[in-house]
Amino acid sequence: MRRPKIIVVGGGLAGLMATIRVAESGVPVDLFSIVPVKRSHSVCAQGGINAAKNQKGEGDTTAKHFDDTIYGGDFLANQPLVKRMCEAAPGIIDLLDRMGVMFNRTPEGLLDYRRFGGTLYHRTAFAGATTGQQLLYALDEQVRRHESEGKVKKYEGFTFLSAVRDGAGMCRGICAMDLRTMEVKTFAADAVIFCTGGIGAIFGRSTNSVVCTGSAQSALFQQGVDYANGEFIQVHPTAIPGEDKLRLMSESARGEGGRVWVPKKAGDTRPAKSIPENERFYFLEEWYPKYGNLVPRDIATRAIHRIVYQEKLGLVGQAAVYLDVSHIPRETLDRKLEGILEIYEKFLGVDPREEPMKVFPAMHYTMGGMWVNADDQATTVPGIYAAGECEYQYHGANRLGANSLVSCIFGGGLAGTAASRYAKNLEMGTDGVDSSVFDRERQRQEALNQALISQDGDENIMAIWRELGETMTEHVTVTRINKNLEIAYNKLLELDQRFRKVNLSDRSKWSNQTLNFARELGNMLVLARVITIGAHARNESRGAHYKPDFPDRDDANWLKTTRAKWVNGEIQLNYEAVDISQITPRPRRYDAAK
Amino acid sequence: MAEKQVIVKIKRQVSPQGAPYWEEFALTWRPAMNVIICLRDIAENPVTRDGKKSTPVAYDSNCLEEVCGSCAMLINGKARMACSALVDKLEQPIRLEPMSKFPVLRDLAVDRQFMFESLKRVKAWIPIDGTYDLGEGPRVAPETQEKAYKLSTCISCGSCLEVCPQVTGTSAGDFVGAAIISQVRLFNMHPTGAMHAHERIGALMQPGGVQDCANAQNCVAACPKNIPLTESIAEVNRQAWKQAMLGWLIG
Repeated sequence: MRRPKIIVVGGGLAGLMATIRVAESGVPVDLFSIVPVKRSHSVCAQGGINAAKNQKGEGDTTAKHFDDTIYGGDFLANQPLVKRMCEAAPGIIDLLDRMGVMFNRTPEGLLDYRRFGGTLYHRTAFAGATTGQQLLYALDEQVRRHESEGKVKKYEGFTFLSAVRDGAGMCRGICAMDLRTMEVKTFAADAVIFCTGGIGAIFGRSTNSVVCTGSAQSALFQQGVDYANGEFIQVHPTAIPGEDKLRLMSESARGEGGRVWVPKKAGDTRPAKSIPENERFYFLEEWYPKYGNLVPRDIATRAIHRIVYQEKLGLVGQAAVYLDVSHIPRETLDRKLEGILEIYEKFLGVDPREEPMKVFPAMHYTMGGMWVNADDQATTVPGIYAAGECEYQYHGANRLGANSLVSCIFGGGLAGTAASRYAKNLEMGTDGVDSSVFDRERQRQEALNQALISQDGDENIMAIWRELGETMTEHVTVTRINKNLEIAYNKLLELDQRFRKVNLSDRSKWSNQTLNFARELGNMLVLARVITIGAHARNESRGAHYKPDFPDRDDANWLKTTRAKWVNGEIQLNYEAVDISQITPRPRRYDAAK
Repeated sequence: MAEKQVIVKIKRQVSPQGAPYWEEFALTWRPAMNVIICLRDIAENPVTRDGKKSTPVAYDSNCLEEVCGSCAMLINGKARMACSALVDKLEQPIRLEPMSKFPVLRDLAVDRQFMFESLKRVKAWIPIDGTYDLGEGPRVAPETQEKAYKLSTCISCGSCLEVCPQVTGTSAGDFVGAAIISQVRLFNMHPTGAMHAHERIGALMQPGGVQDCANAQNCVAACPKNIPLTESIAEVNRQAWKQAMLGWLIG
């Protein structure tokens, strides 16, 4: 009998959950990851994970979680699967609890819940302020257990280059590069699940980790996997500015009572602590009395931009506002927020328990991603599934805080189950595919590497990357103006041309990180264009996508999903209707209760 | 006025078999620089201080906020994370070397697979029946949670192994190091994990186990996450003694 086999690419939360589900179904899994999976970007998720457990007796329900998520996403998400996710969330928390996640507890020994943005309920379970780390570790441990039982084989230190597709267009495996030997190899599988995370590197500096380049998604896009809603990029309101990285200051700081403010008087040079209460402008609380500091991220980010750029009330000497937790008792801070306060203290040498933190918005998350169907995370290419941040399904035009972890685990699990079923039911498995299919793909990838290694140009990849990041951050984040998007698009075309003339400063064949980054950069440049033209085309404002020239949501023309397709080396945009079968769209406002 | 410079000396090695050599780079100082920014500056312009064309330095990094554990290296002789090593707080020239207890892959990148293999050996997980719905997990007292959470923030960076005089190799049977022992304490604390505590303790009573600790206490000082590693070792030692005595009594 044929033995089906599955590959999972990416070992963050979604990838690990998919791996566990496949292993449980009795199908062997090969798990590929650039870094040891325990070091995946999911560790950076801080604040918590949402589930309507109603543990505080507030009358919270999964229906309210569903409504908050759809409303927070400005009605762009297809509704049925989001509903299923919200209904599954309490069970996901139970599962994580059974796996030993050290969630914070109430005196009764039950899980504690805190508030987060875009909801009025205590719905967010948390483990200190390093919830993503704790969840990732729990799944990592379960995968290690399956690995020790021989059900999972890990390929850590491998990067994905391309899918292997047969003559009928079906995915039959992957082509990957061993980052030590730089060898390009193909690996057969009946189905492949991609959980390759975020795309922060396209914006240069972001809250994302180094590996979050979107390279895999882009490579797949160029192989026929559609990419949806690329223009929806979440800019998190509160991060610590830095040259190498914009370090996140979790929304949980505000969930636990942190307040955002600036001095009322422009150019006030007094130390923050000496500014009296009545001379502080708590602008979020004033502008959004119902939700206050816990408005969704797109709203808070635009408010901070308005304070700094229009009202000119930013802090002296730096584009920043205060995020203040210094009024909260030290004991509470250490028990609930220590992880993030430690980051601030370590990187800035200032104790945020004493001094208000200086923060500014930073690119954080992509709501858009690979297009997947509404049932089981399948992409447009048979045999390819996607889950986690790399797909577009759950968050519409703006993701609510603490919903990403739940979507990773729900989507990962769903993809794992679906891929197993697909692999078991295939009429002809990958072992019936001619080896020439694999050889051809390997040779194509080897040729691309060879061209990069041997070409003599005068361009440096780090310089091109820096310009890419600056362009995207300036024109394609918080405020989008068509004229500027055109400038950005032309710049991207120029960078693409210059990329063809890069000269790698390292041409060795061992552990060559420069070659790997060059491959990633080439893919980043393509995905950057998908994001930019998607933003240019969408003449409305919805969720995180804001155009001052088109300030309102326009359901008549734009209540639709952007679906980018790669056609003969060009990006083509198509649109499809959003499934609004459960909740009728209504205006989204946070200055009053909904 | 000349720009303020940052001088970085790096111990390099082209491959696991290659002979190590030193290179020195002069970089332009900027505020809030850390060691990662220095390495990125070199990647953009890989020219040594004396004008020789070189290559970008290989190193591991990912989150850049000290939570993924990737970028541990020796900085001025001390095992620490490169992302949180601020240039202004370091004596110059800044010396960067790969950790010495792990096989070097290239330059500052090392192979820490030993730690993950050890985690397998000691069964560092909660054995759940399956991911289907089996209801809530066991209740945990807040006090226990606070202790366990701290242990669970271990990022597997390897700093505690690097500084431990008892860690001499990375083969099966070599001392597993403080991080792994502390993980055993973590899983034995959990109500479900405790049901299988004897298996983990049993694994730590084998060669390379907890008895190899010679109480140098370097680990706890080197841990970037301030995990009470010596406390963990003492506790696991106690559990091992208890298990050994019981085994002897029962025969």
